Amino acid sequence: MSMTVQEEIQKPSGPAAAVVLASGIGTFVLGLVTTLNEASSGVNDFLRFTDDVGPLSGKTIIATAAFFVAWAILGYLWRGREVAWRPVLIATVVLLALGFLGTFPTFFEAFAD
Amino acid sequence: MELTNREFWTFVHGMVLGSMFLLAFTGGLAGLYSLRPEWLTSEGLRERMTRLRWGISAMAVIAWATVLTGTWIVYPWYRESLAGEESAGCEGLQAPSETCSPRDFLLSNVSGDTESWHTFGMEWKEHVAWIAPMLATAAAFVTVYYGRSLAQSPFLRRLVLWLFAGAFVVAGIAGLFGALITKTAPIT
Repeated sequence: MSMTVQEEIQKPSGPAAAVVLASGIGTFVLGLVTTLNEASSGVNDFLRFTDDVGPLSGKTIIATAAFFVAWAILGYLWRGREVAWRPVLIATVVLLALGFLGTFPTFFEAFAD
Repeated sequence: MELTNREFWTFVHGMVLGSMFLLAFTGGLAGLYSLRPEWLTSEGLRERMTRLRWGISAMAVIAWATVLTGTWIVYPWYRESLAGEESAGCEGLQAPSETCSPRDFLLSNVSGDTESWHTFGMEWKEHVAWIAPMLATAAAFVTVYYGRSLAQSPFLRRLVLWLFAGAFVVAGIAGLFGALITKTAPIT
């Protein structure tokens, strides 16, 4: 039985808000580990999950894991719940901006060890 | 006419997956922008939503496939350290070779001022590209979750449009630098 438009629009916002905020968290973690990789040789060594890909392997695995784990946790906490969009969107935009900045070479190279 | 294994995967990463994502964006954008109840019959809305659900979900999968092939298949060939001390293996070359990887070639400056293609272009591309699949996945989930009600809610439609546009912008940055770097120092 297909769902009507009215039923669809009345769906709780929680699951959708969870994935939106998770995309901000994943992006922020990517920017953060990219900058930390530059700032610390210890972090650089830790992020070398494989020799072929180098520290990019750790950065991308950790950022991707942060995205999916944040999505799973928020999705669980907010399942069936109505969540206010405004704070979620403000947090997401701030996290996206910081994450984007953290991937910009001129920025992260300023922290070079 | 033949492609080496490395050329084949570079082609798959950039020309097949990456280009497909960027080209499909305009179709998705038009579909989302025109998803308004006053412009569509109920039959048209049903048909449009089926196309959008599948299209945006496919774009999210393609975005993941693009960054995975780029980082785990193509990038190791780009960053191999072959040239030795003071880029000796790149001396006199006009393009990367078996003794000079694309990264070695760009950093050596043996064919003009090429260093910043790596230190800025590749360094930004290899990181920023990973934002695209996360944003595309969020856009796809919201589209599938709300379905036809996207047409009734300007807020939700704008939300998906912004997520979708964000994915396009970062994929565009990565794609542009990828094309320019490949032109300067191809993986062969």
